[in-house]
Formats: sequence, structure tokens, C-alpha cells
Amino acid sequence: MALPAHATLGGKIWHYSFRAIVILIFIYLVVPILSIIPLSFNSGELLSYPMQGFSFKWYDDFFSSGRWGLAIKNSLIIGTSSMIFATILGTTAAVGINRSNFPGKALIVALLISPMMIPLVITALSLYLFFARLGLNSTYTGLILAHTILGIPFVIITVSATLQSFDYNLMRAGASLGASPLRVFFKIVLPNIAPGVFSGALFAFATSLDEVVVVMFIAGPSHRTIPRQMFSGIRETLSPTLLAAATVLIVFAGMLMLTLELLRKRSEKYNAPPGK
Amino acid sequence: MTFAASEGADNSNDGKSLRKKLLRAERRKKFEAIGLVTPLLIVMVVFYFVPIAMMLFRSIDNSQMAKILPQTSIAIQNWSGEGLPDEITYAAIVGDMKIAQADRDLAKVGRRLNFDLVGFHSLLSKSGRKIDEIKGPPYKENLIAFDKKWGNEQYWTVMERGLKNTTLLYLLAAIDLKYDENNKIVKVPEYEAIYVSIISRTVYISLSITILTLILGFPIAYFMANTTPRTRNLLMIILLLVFWTSLLVRTLSWILVLQNNGVVNNLLMFTGIITEPLDMVFNRFGVYVAMTHVLLPFMVLPLYSVMRSIPSDYVRAAQSLGAKSITAFIRVYLPQTLPGIGAGALMVFIQALGYYITPALVGGPRDQMVSYFVAFFVNERVNWSMASALGLTLLILTGSLYLIFGKRVNIANMKLG
Repeated sequence: MALPAHATLGGKIWHYSFRAIVILIFIYLVVPILSIIPLSFNSGELLSYPMQGFSFKWYDDFFSSGRWGLAIKNSLIIGTSSMIFATILGTTAAVGINRSNFPGKALIVALLISPMMIPLVITALSLYLFFARLGLNSTYTGLILAHTILGIPFVIITVSATLQSFDYNLMRAGASLGASPLRVFFKIVLPNIAPGVFSGALFAFATSLDEVVVVMFIAGPSHRTIPRQMFSGIRETLSPTLLAAATVLIVFAGMLMLTLELLRKRSEKYNAPPGK
Repeated sequence: MTFAASEGADNSNDGKSLRKKLLRAERRKKFEAIGLVTPLLIVMVVFYFVPIAMMLFRSIDNSQMAKILPQTSIAIQNWSGEGLPDEITYAAIVGDMKIAQADRDLAKVGRRLNFDLVGFHSLLSKSGRKIDEIKGPPYKENLIAFDKKWGNEQYWTVMERGLKNTTLLYLLAAIDLKYDENNKIVKVPEYEAIYVSIISRTVYISLSITILTLILGFPIAYFMANTTPRTRNLLMIILLLVFWTSLLVRTLSWILVLQNNGVVNNLLMFTGIITEPLDMVFNRFGVYVAMTHVLLPFMVLPLYSVMRSIPSDYVRAAQSLGAKSITAFIRVYLPQTLPGIGAGALMVFIQALGYYITPALVGGPRDQMVSYFVAFFVNERVNWSMASALGLTLLILTGSLYLIFGKRVNIANMKLG
């Protein structure tokens, strides 16, 4: 949005004040999050500026204390397992959805996407009551199942997006050369849609890592995850260890974002029309 | 496309068998597709849709009561509803109460009936403790001698209603209605009515957040759509970084920024604008600031992708035909952004309706939304039926929005950055 040479005074004022507004909104978006990072290295107990000194002790507490250590372990176990299940189930379903038109397809897609739209507290309450009958509350199995379901919409959306530019004739070509459907899937389909599958998996993992409402309902004390531990931390003590945990999560979000960006670029390059 | 390819390969056959082959291939594709979707669909039905359906049913389910008081539930069916029930019913309830007291189930009945008529819990626990003193008939007189409430018709009306297999009690309570002594549905007295105001508060907060995200989201989406690729990429990365930062982290950061000795208050005091710190968190203001922050990307991303696809020619054409910049913007540009505004607003509004964590952490007691009370009834009151009834109202709220506007806004096509 370069300022045209013939701009009037009013136009100039508007041009610069609009820029100022946009910058202010971005400050509102970013500064609160970034303000956590320096404070996590504060040597004092207070969660406010000015800082009293530099120290790693809150990180030490985050990585070595029993409660946080357990939370990290639980988050990794639940996040990784639910990511794997969501990716497998979601990818196969997405390939099916994009393969052909079948009766009730729109409805089925809407159903598979619905965990994203239905309020979390409804999912949490329903699973809590359901798992109570099956004895799955306060178990890893229950939590992994719940997070798998919450991750599935993301896998379906990202994989479907890559499949839209996938040429199904390649599958036919593979089959005509004598490859079994399974071989066609692993040798032809999967490498082509890999960026979508991979970002879907990351989305599923991030969803599980950030989810706290379902965990609050169905997890017992020994299955607390990082966000669950943070929730009670914010409610109860507001210790600076929270800031160390938050900083680790911000760094994770940054890495996640960069990976997704790389995947997107790669996928664009792959799927660019010939001659470009 | 299948047609062209297969026609070449099958030109030796006549048209009819080609048609058959094509149909067969088409059918096989369909079966393959269904086969690939089925495993996930089964998982989702068993572990998601069945649980939700069961939860919704729980808001009207009352079958447990007849299990605890089986004889009474049969005997009371003969009661006309006028006057007191007959001796058989009294005998049945004494028998049922003896067993329930021994099984420690009577308190459940008491809690449940107390929800309908306050006083039932104490009546049952008081009578339950000495129920074994009643050795034989006349049961009616003996029971009324324990407590004259047993001779009160209203208690029997509630008992009869409470022994049916389903009940509307919780759904009615969720919209501030109840049964009166004549078994008619009436509004609860004003001092007891809370849920309608909670529901309207939820809608009000969500609507405010939607408007706030639109006000803040529109300029940055517009700027991003119309700036140089370099700046656009940078801003997109910042936006996505915020989007992917944990909800808990963002909520925590607002508590730190807005607290009494937080950055904002320090800055305002330092510049001398205020002398006393302002209360900006643990109230409605904090909820608005934090929730708008959390939901802003959901508004910006669809808006931005729509704005990217708007050619600049139309606005320029309008201007060349003599329209002022502002007229061209309102008459030509703005209407073209409507699909983006619609998608963003629906996304933000539906998400906001179900919010729980952020209001719970940065709001005060008067800023809590429906989700909070669902959790409250599960964790504090252990009243799953009431939690389910509130869950149902929340689902109706979001579901109806989705049904009305969802067709115009394809959520499945939403870009996730």
C-alpha cells in the first residue's frame, strides 16, 4: 500500500494513521505474550516488572519438580498417541472422502468436522459420563481417545486440502502397472500428500497439548497435563514456574509455526502447475 | 474425465458393455471411498455421537428413581392425584424406604426430590432413620405420625412426578421454569431465576467479542491483503504465532499485563494519567480484552483470504467514475468482503459461546458463561442431570446458529494458516 504521489493532505494523514492503527493492533496481539518471556528469567518471586535479577531457577523447577515433570510426561504421552491415531484415521477417511461422491457425503464430512465446532464443555461432559460407565475416566486410554477425536477434524481439513491438487490418475496408473491398492497408497498417494498429513499431525498434537477442558473433566490427579497444571497454577498460587512453562509453550508454538510454514512452501512447490 | 480415458481403451467393445464397465468402476470407487471412511465413522459414532446423545438423554432421564422405590412407583399409578394416596401406596413406600435406607440409596431420592420441592430431603432422611420402627399397618397413620408432610398432597404430587421414567424438571430449570403445586409449569420467583440471565449473558458477551474482533480484525486483514509480500509474510507469521500459542499462555499473559502492578497500570501511573491502579482483570473488561485477543485470528484469517481475492480494479473503476474514496470503499469494496465477515463472525461467535477457560480465569463471578455452570454442576454439585440440561441449551444455541448460517459459510474449507 504505497502512498501515491498525488495523495492529498487528508489522504496522507489517513495513510499514516491507518498504519499506526494496524501497528497498535499488532502490539495488542504480540506484546502481552512476549512480556512473559523476560519475566520467566526473573530471580524474584513476583510476577511483575521490574525484574530483580537473572536466573534459570524457574526453568529448573519446571523441568525437575515432580508435579511439572509428571505433567510434561503426560502431555507427551497423550499428545503423541492421540496424534498417531488421529493421523491414521483422519488420513484414510480424507482419502475416502475425496475419492468419490457417495450418498450422504456432505453429512458425513460435517459429522467428522463437528468436534471442532461443538463446545468443548459438551464433549467433555459427554465423554465423562460415558467413560464413567466404561471405567475409562482417569485413564490414559480415555484421554487419548478424547484427544484423538478432537484432533481428527484438523487432519481431515489439512489432508483434504492437499488431496484437492492430487491427481487421482496417478493411482490408476499405479494400479494398471500391477501394484496392489495398499502399495499404491504407500508408494504413490502418501508421498504426494505427505505435507498435508504431516501438518495435520502437528495440528492434532498441538490441539492435544493445548486442551484443558476435557482433561479437567476426565483426568485424575495422576494424569494432569501441562495446561491442566497451568490452570490450577493460575487459579491457586501464580508461581513464576508458570512463566517458565508458558515460555516453553511459546517456543514450541514458534517451532510449530515455522515447520508448518516450511511444509506449506514445500507443498506449494510440489503442486505448482508445470512450467511455473 | 473417466469417460474420455476409458473410451479409448475400450473402443473394441460396443457401447453397452462400456457403459456397464464404467458403472462398475464408478461403483467400485464408491465402495472404496465408503470403506476408507467407515473405520473413522465407527470410532466417532461410538466414542463421540453416542456419548453426546446419552448426555442429552440424561437431562430428561429419571429411571433411577423407580429403581430405588420400585413398589411405590407401581402403587402410585393408581392414585388419582386428588386427596391422599391409598393405604397400599403408603405400605409400598414404607417397604421401599426400609430397603433404600439399608442400601443407603434414600439420600439420592431425597436430593433428587428436593430439587423439585425443597424440604423433601430432610423429610426422607428424617423418616428414613426411624423407618424400621414401623412394623405393620396402618402405614398411612404411622407415617403421618412421623411427619405431617406425609399427609400433604403436594409432597405426593412431587413424588408421583418424581417416579416417572423421564422428567422435564431439569430442562425447565435450565430456562428458569418449574412446576407449581398444581402441577402447572410456571416461572420461578425472580430471586431464584438465574439461568436465563446466564444464557443471555453468554450470548451478549459472545456478540460483543464478535463485534470487537471485527473492529480490530478488519483493518489488519485489509492491511495484510494490500501490502507488499514481504510485510504480508511477516505479519502472517506474527498472527499465526499468536494463533498457535497456547490458550492458557495467552490468558496468563493478560492477567500479568492487566493486574494491579502490571505493565498497563504501571505505564498509566508513570505517565500520571491515573494515581490509583485500575481494576482491569477479574472483571468483564478483562474477559473482553483476553477473549478478543484469543479469538481475533479466527476473524482475521477468513477475512484476509476473502480480501486477497478481491481485485483492486473495481474500487479503481468506481473512483475513476467519480466516487470519493470513502464511497468507493463502502459501496464497492465492503460488499465484496461480506463472505469473509460472515465466516469470521460465525466462527468467533460459535467459539465464544462455548468458552470456559478464559472467563473462568480472567473474569469475576458475574462474568461466567454457560460452560462454567456445566462444569460447576459436575464438579461442585454432582448434579449430572442439571449439567446435561445446561449442555443441551448450549448445544441448541450453537447448533441453531450453525444450521441457519453454516450453509453460507463452509467451515470445512476454512484455512488453518
